[in-house]
Parts: sequence; C-alpha cells; structure tokens
Amino acid sequence: MTAINESDVRRLSGIACELRRRLLRMIHAANSGHPGGSLSAADIVSVLYFHVMRINPEDPGWSDRDRFILSKGHACPVLYCALAMRKYFDVEHLKHLRKLNGILQGHPDMRKTPGVDYTSGSLGQGLSVGVGMALAARVTRRRYQVFVLLGDGELNEGQVWEAAMCASKHRLCNLTAIVDYNHLQLDGTTEQIMPLEPLAAKWEAFGWDVIEIDGHDIPSILEALDRRTDTPKLVLAETVKGKGVSFMENVCDWHGRAPNDEELALALSELGEVP
Amino acid sequence: MTVISATPIATREGFGQALVELGHRDERVVCVEADISKSTRSCLFAQHFPERFFNVGVAEQNAIGVGAGLASCGLIPFVSTYAVFASMRACEQVRTTVAYPRANVKICPSHGGLTPGSDGVTHQGTEDLGVMRTIPNMTVVMPCDFNQMRAAVFAAACHEGPVYIRGTRDAVPQLYDEHILEDYEIGRAIKLREGDDVTIIAIGDMVSYSLEATEQLAAKGIEATVIDMHTLKPLDREAVIKSAERTGAVVTVEDHNIMNGLGSAVAELLVETLPVPMYRIGLRDTFGESGPYSLLLAKYGLATADVVRASIDVLKRQKSGR
Repeated sequence: MTAINESDVRRLSGIACELRRRLLRMIHAANSGHPGGSLSAADIVSVLYFHVMRINPEDPGWSDRDRFILSKGHACPVLYCALAMRKYFDVEHLKHLRKLNGILQGHPDMRKTPGVDYTSGSLGQGLSVGVGMALAARVTRRRYQVFVLLGDGELNEGQVWEAAMCASKHRLCNLTAIVDYNHLQLDGTTEQIMPLEPLAAKWEAFGWDVIEIDGHDIPSILEALDRRTDTPKLVLAETVKGKGVSFMENVCDWHGRAPNDEELALALSELGEVP
Repeated sequence: MTVISATPIATREGFGQALVELGHRDERVVCVEADISKSTRSCLFAQHFPERFFNVGVAEQNAIGVGAGLASCGLIPFVSTYAVFASMRACEQVRTTVAYPRANVKICPSHGGLTPGSDGVTHQGTEDLGVMRTIPNMTVVMPCDFNQMRAAVFAAACHEGPVYIRGTRDAVPQLYDEHILEDYEIGRAIKLREGDDVTIIAIGDMVSYSLEATEQLAAKGIEATVIDMHTLKPLDREAVIKSAERTGAVVTVEDHNIMNGLGSAVAELLVETLPVPMYRIGLRDTFGESGPYSLLLAKYGLATADVVRASIDVLKRQKSGR
C-alpha cells in the first residue's frame, strides 16, 4: 500500500471544498438540481478524479483509461464540476446546467458531455454497465479499473443485486462500487422507506470484499480505493447528505431543491468563500 | 432472389449459427445470455468462444446493462433471451441505457410472436415489436427464415448502434438460399412477388404464409404483390408507397398485436401519404394461449386462409369506395 501523503490529503480536501462551492453555484444558476447527494459525494469524487483514476482529459475516449459511472446520476453537479476542473470542457458550461441546448443535462449524458463514461440517472442500472466494462477489460486484455458510485436509496432496485451477483461470479477485481451511504432518500430516511441493514453483510454475502469507511475522511477514502482485492470491492462510505453546509446537512428537503440567493451566500460563506 | 422450399427450421437456429460464424470473423463479438442458451441457440457460441460468452443467469435487466458496458469498451455484444423479456422485463434498460446513448448492443431474442406455441402467453412476445419501434435510435428487424436471420445478424454486426432482431422458436419454412447473405440490407424491403391487384406486406414467419395465400388468390384471379418487410424500423417507405400506388389496396401480416407493429407502421405512413383501403392481420388486441403453432395461427386469424380472406375483403372495399 502506498503511504498517504499529507500534502495530497490537504490538496484533495481543498478540491472537495471547491467542488462543493462550484456545484452549489451551478444548481443555484439552474434553479434546479440535487444538492444533497452531490455534497455527500464530493470527497469521494475529489479523490477519484484528482488522485486515483488514470485518465487523460485531452483524450476522453482513451481505451486504457479508468472508468467512472455515476449510477446515482442525479448527483451529476459534482461530477460536472470535477470534469470542468480537470479541463474536459470549459468551466463556463457550469453556468448552463439543465439549460436548453446545453451540454450539461439534468442527468449525465455520455453523448453530450466530454468525460462522462456512461449515461446514467435511471437508478439501479450503473453497476450492470460497470460489470460489462470490467468484463470488457478481460476480453481486450486491458488493465483499467472501473468505479461505480451508487446511492443508498438506489440499492432498493433489484437490478443492483443482479449485477452484484454477476460481478462476484466473474471475480471482477478490477471493479469497485462505492455506496454513498447518507441514509436519506427522496421520501425519507433509508430506515423508514426501505431498510438496508445489515448492508455490509449483504454485500459480503454476495461475495464482495467490503470496506467500511467515513466517506468524508480523505485518508480513509484513499486507503480504501488503494486496497487490492481478489474479488469485486465494495466501499461502504458513511456520509452526510448535504455535507459542508450546516442547514443542508441531514435535511431530506435538500435532496432536490436549489438554494435561493440568500441560501447560496450563506452556504458559500460556510464553505470558506471570501465574498 | 431465389425462393427455396426445404425442411422448416426455426430462425433462432440461424441466429446461433451466424453468431459462431461472426465469432470466428471478429474477435470483438461477445455474447450475453440469460440462462436460456440451449433455447436461444447462443450455446453454439458458448461452445466455440467460452471466454467471450457471459451467462448472467435469469437476470435480463442486468444482461442489457452488461451488454451496454461491453459495447462502450469497443466490443460488439449480442444479448440473447426471449422477446417478451428483452422488450418488456428489460424495457427501460433498453430505452435508457442502450437506445438513448446509442450503445452498439444487438438484442437478439428468440420466441417472438406466437411461435413458442405450447409455452403459452408468458413466453409469447406479441407486443415486443411495438415496444421496440417506439424507442428512438432502435432498429427493429424480424427475419422470415434461417438464411435471412444469418444475413440480419451479419448486417447488424456492421451497423453502428442498437438493433433488435426477433427470432422464432417454432420452425418456419425456408424461403431464401445463401444469396440473401450478399443481397440483404437492413431497411430495404424485398419484393417476393409482383401483382397489380393487392399489396401484401408481411414480416417474419408471416411472409411464407402470405406467399402461400397468393396461390389461392391467383386461382381466384387476384394477383398480389408480396413484400417481405424484414425491417420494421426504419420502414422502407418507398417500397410501401410505390406498391400502394400500383395496387391501391394493402394487407399487412404480422405475428404480433395489430397495435404498434407492422400494420400500424404501414397505416401511419399511408394515411399521411396515400390513404388506400387496408386490412391489418395480427392478434386483435388479445393474448394467445398454449397450443400447436399452426393451430394458434388459425385460431387467432393469422393463417393463410386469413390472408386470402383479408385480400378479398380489402379489394371489395376498394371497389365500393369504402
């Protein structure tokens, strides 16, 4: 295992904070979008796109690149911000989320947005696509890794478990699924709507190597993603929906509503933006 | 085009054989199967290319998604299951994860229409063509015999984007010899017979019954044109309009609900271009049931005699101006 470098941790934390500020401005400009689940995934996306993944923004279709599927596609503001910061496209586009003729759709569209590895947004489907990509690496003898970010509410979908069985059957050690376990779905808590526990045991029973972490602790994310396994790997990331903005944290209502001018200003100041 | 008569054979056999031929030719060809490979005949591919064959078990939604992932990495996946499951169990997966991003996935189900006769309604895909036709970016094909299925599979492999190719479980007559492999083109209908009185447009297993009907019609002095409309989408508009202009009367024949399939596609086209008297042969918005294939066709109005009756009826309406 590679030793965790203090300066990397500081840099990735800074980027996660920058992602949070940018995605809130983006959703505010669109007056529509999903801040809660974007904020909860910001640290994970920071580590993936700014440290772990082997990618080349100048050649988004590079055959040997690592792949990322945002299966919880409604959190795309955080992905779009990461892609813009990695220069897949001009940051100017971030002002035009969900706008007519824009390249940034309400949910990720691989045909419209450079750097999006697969179209997503209809929950439950991303892990199957990830399985296909991981199998393709075997057929084509390539060494890339595939990362799939799942929501917790999304785990209600049966197809996720079809894909989980399939990955395990093929011992896809080049496949990592990360669950953004923020415990809130649209209609309420995961406990109220559809209890998931014991979640780690479920994935283990499906043959996955499970690593439970604090999904906002950069060293833990780094360590979990760095660990090599012989089976598909599941990172169960405990997160806080709306993380980083006090009045959004753990509030169900912020699943899918945009901040107004005052709320944005307050949120940005909490995230360290100097007015 | 040679029309041959030989032992009837299910088009799924053509799929199985063609996939092996393709596998030898192109190492990008892979197969995703949902635990019915002996039935869909993808088992032949599995025997030759086990490292390119992925059996995902009884999980059609996952099968479609896995196919999409494979396609996104430059492979050419053929997903194999039954029509009813590919089009309806996994409908939204096909729509959002395959068709919307134009994934290069070939969906090749067996058991289209009433042809899984004895299995009954649960395994008879009689709405699938309509479901698939309604999805943007989809190409929808139903070959009428063994060799045409082979031709369609080869053509689909060269076609960039999603294709749905519907096969039959039960044996159907053979119409084409090997020349179809050179002549076949997705989206270009094949005129099998020319006549001035009525146009019969058929798809899949209904093509041979339509041809049979023309002999009985000829005996009554009615000369029919028969069009093998193997590609439901994109529909060969020119072939339909030209023939409708010539005969002024059209009968469509499909092993599918009369809603949203071939009859609907032809009617939609003609009503906007050249309205002529028409009759749609197909399931009259009903489910099938278990029974021998030939008896099912007769009971549900899809037999040769029904094509004859419909042709006569449509000509009467043409003459009376109704």
